[in-house]
Amino acid sequence: MLSREQVEKVASLSRLQLSPQELEKFSVQLGAIIEYMEVLNSVDTTNIEPMIYAVPTTNIYREDIRKPSLNHVTALQNAPETDGEYFIAPTVVEK
Amino acid sequence: MKYKTVIGLEVHVELKTASKIFCGCSTEFGSPPNTNVCPVCLGLPGVLPVINKAVVEFAIRAGLALNCQIANYSKFDRKNYYYPDLPKNFQTSQFDLPICEHGWLDIEVDGNIKRIGITRIHMEEDAGKLVHAGTITTSDTTCVDYNRTGVPLIEIVSEPDLRTPEEAKAYMEKMRTILQYINVSDCKMEEGSLRCDANISLRLAETEPFGTRAELKNLNSFRSVQRGLEYEQIRQAEILDDGGRVIQETRSFDEAKNITLSLRSKEQADDYRYFPEPDLPPLMISKQLIENVRMQLPELPDSRIQRLMATDGLSVYDANVITSTRAFAEYYDAVREMDGDAKLVANWLTGELSRLLNANNVEIERCPISPQNLAGLLSLIKDGTVSGKIAKTVIEEMWQSGATAKQVVADKGLVQISNVDEIVAIVEEVILANPQSVEDYRGGKEKAIGFLVGCVMKLSRGRAKPDLVNKLLKERL
Amino acid sequence: MEMFRQTINQLHKRISNGEIVAADVVESVKQRIAAVEPAVKAFITICDDSEAVAVESSSPLAGMPGVVKDNICTQGIRTTCGSRILENFIPPYNATVIDRLNAVGAVVLGKTNQDEFGMGSSTENSGYHITCNPWDLSRVPGGSSGGSAAAVASGQALWALGSDTGGSIRQPAAFCGIVGMKPTYGRVSRYGLVAYASSLDTIGTLTRDVYDNALLMNVIAGYDERDSTSINAPCEDYTAGIYDGVRGLKIGLPKQYFGEGLSAEVAAALEQAVQTYRDLGAEIIEVDMPNTKYALATYYIIATAEASSNLARYDGVSYGLRVEGKNIVDMSERTREQGFSEEVRRRIMLGTYTLSAGYYDAYYNKALKVRRLIKNDFDAAFLQVDVLLTPVAPTQAFKIGEKTDDPLAMYLSDICTVTVNLAGVPALSLPCAFTNNLPVGMQLIGAPLSEALLLRVGCAFEQTSGLANKIAPCGGGK
Ligand SMILES: [Mg+2]
Ligand SMILES: [Zn+2]
Repeated sequence: MLSREQVEKVASLSRLQLSPQELEKFSVQLGAIIEYMEVLNSVDTTNIEPMIYAVPTTNIYREDIRKPSLNHVTALQNAPETDGEYFIAPTVVEK
Repeated sequence: MKYKTVIGLEVHVELKTASKIFCGCSTEFGSPPNTNVCPVCLGLPGVLPVINKAVVEFAIRAGLALNCQIANYSKFDRKNYYYPDLPKNFQTSQFDLPICEHGWLDIEVDGNIKRIGITRIHMEEDAGKLVHAGTITTSDTTCVDYNRTGVPLIEIVSEPDLRTPEEAKAYMEKMRTILQYINVSDCKMEEGSLRCDANISLRLAETEPFGTRAELKNLNSFRSVQRGLEYEQIRQAEILDDGGRVIQETRSFDEAKNITLSLRSKEQADDYRYFPEPDLPPLMISKQLIENVRMQLPELPDSRIQRLMATDGLSVYDANVITSTRAFAEYYDAVREMDGDAKLVANWLTGELSRLLNANNVEIERCPISPQNLAGLLSLIKDGTVSGKIAKTVIEEMWQSGATAKQVVADKGLVQISNVDEIVAIVEEVILANPQSVEDYRGGKEKAIGFLVGCVMKLSRGRAKPDLVNKLLKERL
Repeated sequence: MEMFRQTINQLHKRISNGEIVAADVVESVKQRIAAVEPAVKAFITICDDSEAVAVESSSPLAGMPGVVKDNICTQGIRTTCGSRILENFIPPYNATVIDRLNAVGAVVLGKTNQDEFGMGSSTENSGYHITCNPWDLSRVPGGSSGGSAAAVASGQALWALGSDTGGSIRQPAAFCGIVGMKPTYGRVSRYGLVAYASSLDTIGTLTRDVYDNALLMNVIAGYDERDSTSINAPCEDYTAGIYDGVRGLKIGLPKQYFGEGLSAEVAAALEQAVQTYRDLGAEIIEVDMPNTKYALATYYIIATAEASSNLARYDGVSYGLRVEGKNIVDMSERTREQGFSEEVRRRIMLGTYTLSAGYYDAYYNKALKVRRLIKNDFDAAFLQVDVLLTPVAPTQAFKIGEKTDDPLAMYLSDICTVTVNLAGVPALSLPCAFTNNLPVGMQLIGAPLSEALLLRVGCAFEQTSGLANKIAPCGGGK
């Protein structure tokens, strides 16, 4: 089980608000899953390189060439709020 | 002050590539909001990044110019944090395997060279810009412009080797000069293409461990770097004097009020959850690529200064002024190649030419007087065609018209008069017209001759050769 | 025979003969949709105006109607990922696979239902509705590409695109009795596939027989400069050599996949399939893949960590759902609370936890190392054998609602498929039996870029079993 503080911290880092019931539920469920994951502790991985990439390629580049950007109207088409120029969001100041 | 200051700088530099780091959008500054954007830099669902090759080359170039070791294996990582200027809510950056490490940069402190360590240089994407109606604190909304999102950055992190705000300023200025020399960035602090965050702490003695540091942001000019740090030095000293503890926090410099203000304390610690970027294969940087980049590096300012002093015999001052930008230094080299008199070239570059550039607010790149034309003027001075004084008139004319010195001199009839008979005629005319001054001089008022010389020069429209005028006047008095 | 009941290959021949035109095929499939979609509920969006557009193309896919999982971006057609957070999101661009399908004149009839962001194994975790298994409407179609699999199996599409992060093509293909290919990581461009777990995600194909699968792979596979992880190697014609049989091939049975937990029906069906291959002249060899038991934990650590970062962008600022709040943090938190299902939030939290300060080495980095060991198991196996044969899932399609209360139990149903994504290798899922009127699938796994071999081995079985092109009754009897 994860502690209440741990779940709260993780929720905050994940930009999620949890109700007290959810907090309780998640601390049990996440705890169980994490306990299941502990099985990896028993694996000897001495001298094993982490496998970050599924395919071992390197040096994939594009040339420094400009390509057309989106038309301005299209760029804003999915905006929840816009003034036709900017994306508008609520203030970044804690209120 | 009884405390010793420790400063380290994190410098963000926008690279002047044509396109962004992970997409083909333009990096141009000042476009209308949200016009240089595409699915990739808007972070739309489903998009993938592809690295711009020029970004890697620019980063290597900067690394070599700053005496770094270039990694042979480097990768990108995600730095996860939420902010509305970051469309994906993670910044693609580099964490444990940056492209450059272990470099240094020399600055001048009280006439001595001081070496400042560079911990690392890494590549990353810039964030967008937030615009607030009214002020950030009173506005209910934030306007987001993603044009800058994905503009390539390098972040250059110094060792905590700086000891005074002046050193920090000198470091920034030197950094700018070098980065401009190697042509990786415009380094315009006012446009944000060169940005600086500073970590500063105090301690009682050099031998003590570092004190708790504050991180200063919003240092938007070289002056602000120095002033912000000076304020912070005093603020922290007062806290310590009162027996208090400095808290680790981020503070913003308010340029208008000349103070720093707390943004947020590190108590609610950031946890960036860095992990390797799975969408970007790692980089294997070959010796060959590094050598290719090294071959293309221009001569850097420190080495130029040495050369100008040793080979051309210039003063420290002249050498420094001439090498302040690469374009100015190359202008010097071009004139110097055509005119063997290094000292004369240096005098005119640091004197008249600099004055004209400053007065007209023109960069040397757009100077209307070509190096050839300036060399032409200097040769007219040396062969006595024009006097140094007349040459100042000629250069003004050259600036206005773009003409050669020869043309200006011919068109305006500014050739120096060194014919004795011609000058004698004018001298005699002046003596006749100014009996009082003549009498004064003969009566022992040595100064009166100055007035008479002035009259001769005026009548000759400045063209009479000054030493001849002096000599001929004295003979006739 | 009604056209929707035929395969792409059959219909293409009839079109080439001048017997029928592509528009007739589209019309037939649209009628089938009208008839069975109310019961199956495979779609999130049906493109009413889709029609066969004349394209200069000799591709067998020209004019052929199919469907696309709703996590693949389609320009001008909303793409929800099965999530309410993207309910109104209309991509301004096409995924590379969509461009490729358009180029040959394939017809997209709609966008199919899925577990939200691919997080689930039953399509019960869609933000929209539950899709039913067309063989038994009280059962799940599998997931997360459940809508795509159900559409193909029910005759509502001749082909479908799905995506596979831990089995999301292969398991629904098995549950719905069709053929599903999870290609080598990097063989098919991910550009335009909404990311769940970037180092595991692959786009793949669902069809009613192996040959059609090869035809669809021929269209979508290949290098794409917009995907840096795309493999820059030429693609073969996947239909060439597809009938070459299995005589002399070595087929491996990794014993770890046949352990406890396998249902009697699945075990019996697999045993029968192995015998078929033996009869066809293949050599059957037991192989040992000792790290298989760590795959599920490894998978869930890596997938959720990447997901926690990939899904951070859904914050209500520049697209997707916004629930108003008093400031940006409040707005984003409310948006994500309302827009994401509980399962998605659980996985985001899990991934955030394992990446957070102090835990990275113990979980994420450890999982990456174990991932290498699992990959090494595959490398070693392919030194011994040409392909591996395993179950796809421990059971046949389960009842709707049977596992929704226990996330860990649901995760365990992915046990046979996640290894393939961790290793980045290709795998084909195809029906090997129908037991109690429900399909059972088997999985063929190959070395990187061995898609053609997998199709050949699959085709050999299909020719013998006759388990191809089965159209499910959708509750309406046969
Ligand atoms: Mg940075
Ligand atoms: Zn862009």
